[in-house]
Amino acid sequence: MSEAAPLLEVRNVDKYFGSVNALREINLQVNAGEVTCVLGDNGAGKSTLIKILSGVHQPDKGEVLIDGQPVRFSGPRDARALGIATVFQDLATIPLMSVWRNFFLGNEPTKGVGPLRRLDVQRAQRIMLEEMAKMGIEVREPNQPVGTLSGGERQAVAIARAVYFGARVLILDEPTSALGVRQSGIVLKYIVQARSMGRGVIFITHNPHHAYPVGDRFVLLRRGRVFGSYMKAETTIDQLTSMMAGGAELEALTHELQSLAQEPEVQELASELQSELSANA
Amino acid sequence: MSATSEVPHTPATPGTGERDRLQRVSAITQALRRPELGSVLGAIAIFLLFAFFDSTPNHIWLQQTGFASWLQQAAFFGILSVPVGLLMIGGEFDLSTGVMSGVTAIVMALLVSKWHVNAWVAVVITFAAAACVGLINGVLVVKTKLPSFIITLATFFVLRGLSVGGVELLNSGNTVVSVTEAHPSGLASAKTVFGSSFLASSALPSGYSTAILWFIGVTLVATWVLMRTRFGNWIFAAGGDQYAARNVGVPVNRTKIILFLSTALAAALVGVISFTQASSAVSEQGVGYEFYYIIAAVVGGCLLTGGYGSAFGAAVGACVIGMAFEGVIYAGWDSSWDFAFLGVILLLAVVINTFIYRRASTARR
Repeated sequence: MSEAAPLLEVRNVDKYFGSVNALREINLQVNAGEVTCVLGDNGAGKSTLIKILSGVHQPDKGEVLIDGQPVRFSGPRDARALGIATVFQDLATIPLMSVWRNFFLGNEPTKGVGPLRRLDVQRAQRIMLEEMAKMGIEVREPNQPVGTLSGGERQAVAIARAVYFGARVLILDEPTSALGVRQSGIVLKYIVQARSMGRGVIFITHNPHHAYPVGDRFVLLRRGRVFGSYMKAETTIDQLTSMMAGGAELEALTHELQSLAQEPEVQELASELQSELSANA
Repeated sequence: MSATSEVPHTPATPGTGERDRLQRVSAITQALRRPELGSVLGAIAIFLLFAFFDSTPNHIWLQQTGFASWLQQAAFFGILSVPVGLLMIGGEFDLSTGVMSGVTAIVMALLVSKWHVNAWVAVVITFAAAACVGLINGVLVVKTKLPSFIITLATFFVLRGLSVGGVELLNSGNTVVSVTEAHPSGLASAKTVFGSSFLASSALPSGYSTAILWFIGVTLVATWVLMRTRFGNWIFAAGGDQYAARNVGVPVNRTKIILFLSTALAAALVGVISFTQASSAVSEQGVGYEFYYIIAAVVGGCLLTGGYGSAFGAAVGACVIGMAFEGVIYAGWDSSWDFAFLGVILLLAVVINTFIYRRASTARR
């Protein structure tokens, strides 16, 4: 299995915006039935990377490969046609439209011909209910507006839709960042679900606590570069956390806090950071 | 930390337990979520109000005469309020509809009376001219990404100017273009189709206006398109969240252009009906009506911000306005009160519809 070419691979990709080097020598891969987590703080280049993977931007250097074949997307439609579906957090669904209308939006099943060509509502509702059930969500009423679902379920509608319409690689852009603990848990469950259906998942997040439990590979981004790439066995959640926070920088911050602060609460925070750092070292 | 990492692997998610506590949505709750509910209740209330205040001898509000009069008014509003409602669901406005219905009537009148064109050829030319303006509106809105409010306001002024100036120029200063010939070719049959009446009886010698049939037809077609076709799904999506819609491959621009085309064609239908009915047209007729169409759509539950509403609601909204205008006459009130009355209706409708919309769109837990 490991000999087969990865589903999606990014090789030495650079991206410039004018003179700004947004991405530099990015390498990552995702295999079928695997979750690759891309971790990075704000401004690390995550959204530029998503846009390259989803066909919005083209890389200035390096290449994107699907099944080992180099591809060049001329737009998001190209990427979708090759089975790469991107689920953007805030662009996933339309709240006022019903679940089934959202599920089939842009790919509505029809029956009849000519002026009698119409939506196959029964079929659309049945398929939607089945696909959502596969995700472990029981939709009570196909006509209920997506806005009445919880935040996690709304993401799930988008994920289930992408899976149903043949996505082989799912790119999830910060699917948990606006959600509470329980809702995040629900989304993580769907990520695992999609993985067990044999899809490759690229899970973009800044939260190592969400990434670690579901991830198989971890790619850490900072300032447009990959500064760490691990298989799950090679790393721990504490290591990911401290790398995300930027180890050395955090240490400097701890000292700064200690020297500046007089309040006991801040002192306490500083000593906590100190002990956590020494525990990781 | 370890608790978080357990979540995705635990088979019983916290969500499963909660499902059992949620009852099935009752039929009443479903009805309370329909966008047209407010307008239906409002229509019933206004009908009863004028049944009560009817000051005519024999109370003809409740007889065929009453129905025929407000239905004709409603038809003239509704043929346009329904496509205007669809356009609003699609997230755009059209302020050029009122003047467009007047300009198309003038075009038709000039063609038939001035240039002696066969009435059916004139109908085709009139619709084609309207389609061009609708297309221009749509393409401009989509290409410039400016608010449609501004683009169609510009169209409104251009058309208004053309209507006044054009008629003065072509009709030797006379603002009324009327048919002078005894039997212009094709006009009799065009009149039968667009501007005559049906179901005349001893109780109602003048019958019901043909416009009512067109109104019903437009409402049925619009409801079918909105609820049962792919295009209808795209209308909701274009108005609900056009970026999300594009993201899943909905041709948002094409959808909006077609909607602008449909409001222009509906305006032409109103123009053709009013010309064939009266055998004349007046420059600047229809100016100011664009707001009634928007009011009717809003009363009918179409959200001003797009993404929500119904064609049937916009039709009922047109009935509400028709009844308000005619009812004031039946009640023997001064017609200047029309506007105050309309303002109150609009305010009530928006308050009720906002309530319904919130019920429909927010989580019920």
